[in-house]
Amino acid sequence: MAEELPGTNVAAEPAGGDACPAAGQPLLRIEGVAKTFGTFRAVDGVSLDIKAGEFFALLGPSGCGKTTLLRMLAGFEAPDEGRILLGGKDIAQALPHERPINMMFQNYALFPHLSVRDNIAFGLKRAGMPRADIATRVAEMVALVKLEGLEKRKPDQLSGGQRQRVALARALARRPQLLLLDEPLAALDKKLRENTQAELMELQRRLGMTFIIVTHDQEEAMTMADRIGVMKSGKLAQVASPRELYEAPRSRWIAEFVGDVNLFDGETKLRDGHRLVIGTRDAGTLVVAEPREAVGTGKLAVAIRPEKVKLSRRGPVSEAGRETAINSLDGVIADICYLGGTTTYKVKLDTGGTLQASVANSARLDVDAYGLNQHVVAWFTPDDCVVLQS
Amino acid sequence: MSSRRIFARPARFAAIAPYVWMVLFFLVPFGFVLKISLSQTAIAQPPYEPVFDLTAGWDTLKAAFAALSVGNFRLLGSDDIYVFAYVRSLTVAITATALLLLIGYPIAYGMARLPKRWQAVAMVLVIVPFWTSFLIRIYAWINILQHDGLLNQILLALHLVSQPVVWLSTDTAMYIGIVYSYLPFMILPLYATLAKMEPALEEAASDLGAPPWQVFWLVTFPLSLPGVGAGVLLCFIPIVGEFVIPDLLAGSNALMIGQTLWLEFFTNKDWPVASAAAIVLLVVLLVPLLLYERLQKRQLEQGR
Amino acid sequence: MRKVSGLSRFNIASLAFGLAFLYLPILILVLYSFNASRLVTVWGGWSLRWYHEFFNDRAMIEAAWMSLRVAVASATIATLLGTLAAVALSRGERFRGRTLFSGMLYAPLVMPEVITGLSLLLLFVALNAERGFWTVTIAHTTLTMCFVAVVVQSRLGSLDRSLEEAAMDLGCDPVRAFVAVTLPLIAPAIVAGWMLAFTLSLDDLVIASFTTGPGSATLPIRIYSEVRLGVKPEINAICTLVIALIAVVIVIASLASKLSSSQGESAAPL
Repeated sequence: MAEELPGTNVAAEPAGGDACPAAGQPLLRIEGVAKTFGTFRAVDGVSLDIKAGEFFALLGPSGCGKTTLLRMLAGFEAPDEGRILLGGKDIAQALPHERPINMMFQNYALFPHLSVRDNIAFGLKRAGMPRADIATRVAEMVALVKLEGLEKRKPDQLSGGQRQRVALARALARRPQLLLLDEPLAALDKKLRENTQAELMELQRRLGMTFIIVTHDQEEAMTMADRIGVMKSGKLAQVASPRELYEAPRSRWIAEFVGDVNLFDGETKLRDGHRLVIGTRDAGTLVVAEPREAVGTGKLAVAIRPEKVKLSRRGPVSEAGRETAINSLDGVIADICYLGGTTTYKVKLDTGGTLQASVANSARLDVDAYGLNQHVVAWFTPDDCVVLQS
Repeated sequence: MSSRRIFARPARFAAIAPYVWMVLFFLVPFGFVLKISLSQTAIAQPPYEPVFDLTAGWDTLKAAFAALSVGNFRLLGSDDIYVFAYVRSLTVAITATALLLLIGYPIAYGMARLPKRWQAVAMVLVIVPFWTSFLIRIYAWINILQHDGLLNQILLALHLVSQPVVWLSTDTAMYIGIVYSYLPFMILPLYATLAKMEPALEEAASDLGAPPWQVFWLVTFPLSLPGVGAGVLLCFIPIVGEFVIPDLLAGSNALMIGQTLWLEFFTNKDWPVASAAAIVLLVVLLVPLLLYERLQKRQLEQGR
Repeated sequence: MRKVSGLSRFNIASLAFGLAFLYLPILILVLYSFNASRLVTVWGGWSLRWYHEFFNDRAMIEAAWMSLRVAVASATIATLLGTLAAVALSRGERFRGRTLFSGMLYAPLVMPEVITGLSLLLLFVALNAERGFWTVTIAHTTLTMCFVAVVVQSRLGSLDRSLEEAAMDLGCDPVRAFVAVTLPLIAPAIVAGWMLAFTLSLDDLVIASFTTGPGSATLPIRIYSEVRLGVKPEINAICTLVIALIAVVIVIASLASKLSSSQGESAAPL
């Protein structure tokens, strides 16, 4: 079994079993990979390590190069520069059918002339698996994605959710070391998408497989992935866990791309222990926690997530002293956006700027709600702020 | 390397057999037409000289080249019969294409307005007559148009005419035949563009205050122009070179170029003049042919 | 309120006119083929007399047999070559001579038949080839493979490329991916292409006139020379038989393509 050809890893038990890299070594190492189409540099020097068993998401706006990167991993594009190491072996120039990697396509790419069973068995037949084993494996896969009873159907006789499952089963059937998912849930409606997200995560954990998913939906990436790589213009802008990405974005662009954010431009006025005092144009003077990575004294931006901003009618309802620990800004409610679970208020600050605050609707009745033009105090702690280089 | 490139290599091998075939049986024959159009008529088999004989050595070949002449083309340009034939071919083709557009457009438009299910049925109904033989369709009209044919019988019975009208061997009969034979070629490209059109566009135009005729004239028609172009070219080009329909339905006093070519070839056995006529016909059609090829390519590439 | 995008009375009228115009002449012809009267236009009751006449007309029968053989042979070769050409054009990306290749494939679609016929005859004369079955078959193949190529190419063009990618991802090399996935999906178009080539060949008068030799006339050539001499009821019978044959071919082929498209997606365009 150790002498298996690449691409015929069908019998490898379980995913990545025998080809599992030595401890500490990543399963997949992408080194300085670049791809140019004509004059357009779609992927521009990406380096990335992915550990075995990880659920990794490539997130970015359309045209950022995430799909091109995924297609290079699958073998549909060959990189112009760099190496792609799978278990220590460079596969950058290998053809798709020579790689122990499978892909779930964006529109599933189910073979319309084949039944569910034959779609799932397709890759197994190519690998020369004995008939009986194919039948067993297909049955196993059908059970895994809960498609029992639909084996004889053709893809056009299935619902969107069922097709998605067939595509998943087909890609998993060969037990690839790495599964690539290209916008796997984009074609599903919202409710179904949320359920499927949970199922995918559960499946990945159970099989202990390595998933790389490409998505433009940041909520989807946040929900499912262990780590997220945010791509912008062909480069990796930040690789981090969902929490880190949200709470400690490395740049202004990421802060704005991932979730909503209030941004205030300003300059450092004073350094006071672990606090920075920053003078902003639109929100007066703000006290913020000093970032882990030292920032220069030049122009900065202060980022505060809307749900970190608290509102009250009079002042901060907190035991901490108002002067040092808490930033407090006066303003009037300029706009109200009721979203069910939360309400987003736009506060027109007396200092000139606008601040968004997202408040949980913890009571059913609107006794706590604020009205238009009502005067409020918006406040947040220095730790709620992130300082970004402008 | 992309997946397309991975596929491209074996796919190119597929080109070899059809490529060789087309060079051998399409391109090379044109060389012969060109060469013979520059030769002299001779009473021999084959009826032209010089005959290239590659085994006869370089000197005879050189002599053969020297004997080539443009005399046939000069003849085509100076003899009224040929000039008239070209003019007539073009007039007939233009008139017939205009008629086809006028008749075909409303039918294609009606098809595009049908419910989706019925559109497929209508399309099959338009295509099926095209599958029956060309010659049979012309013959069917001879049945109807002859002296004591159905049309005259009906006209007489209705007392619309007092004597049988002469239909056969007239231009009217020829135009009926051409329109009848080429109608599917006009309808199908028109229908294809009209059916693809977003119905919301017409609704938007009328929502913005355009009466139906303006909706048609300002929105529908301009958007169907690619289909009009394809239909017009698809009909015009072969009609210019048409032989069977004018031969069977029109009178013999004014010939089209296809008929002249046929006559020179089969009756007068003047192969060089027939070849020259073919070359001139091809030159006349070169511009529409190139236009058509570009249109075809663009459509196929959009389909990707 | 009248829907703008609905059917208007004008639409219905033009459709009715169009279909009547297309079908009436053929229906009349079929009807008269069963006419007992020698006078083509006088109805003398039902009769199969003209069919008898046809089946006793040796020359006609021979011509029909020749036409059938040519149609089957040329359609089969043309389907093979045309499909290969379509694959090369739609999957070959850029290759040397591509422009010439696609030009050669598109030109015969609209080229006047007199030119194609004449040029091929000149070739056969120069090659000193004996004219007959094979020369006509080659000529028809040259013409009809272009139609097959267009039909198959448009199907290939509309096929989702990610299906082929999926096949490669699941372990097929490009050739096997084509055989396992692409070929079954374009099968309806290939069948339609064969059908088109068959009927075009059966239909052709001009090219066959140029490329055939003495003593091996095709059916259209025979019909044409009869028609030039005047209307004969026997021709009605022959035409009806040809229409019936083509109808049978269409039905069989569309059944075949339905069968394969029940495994595939939508039916191929005719």
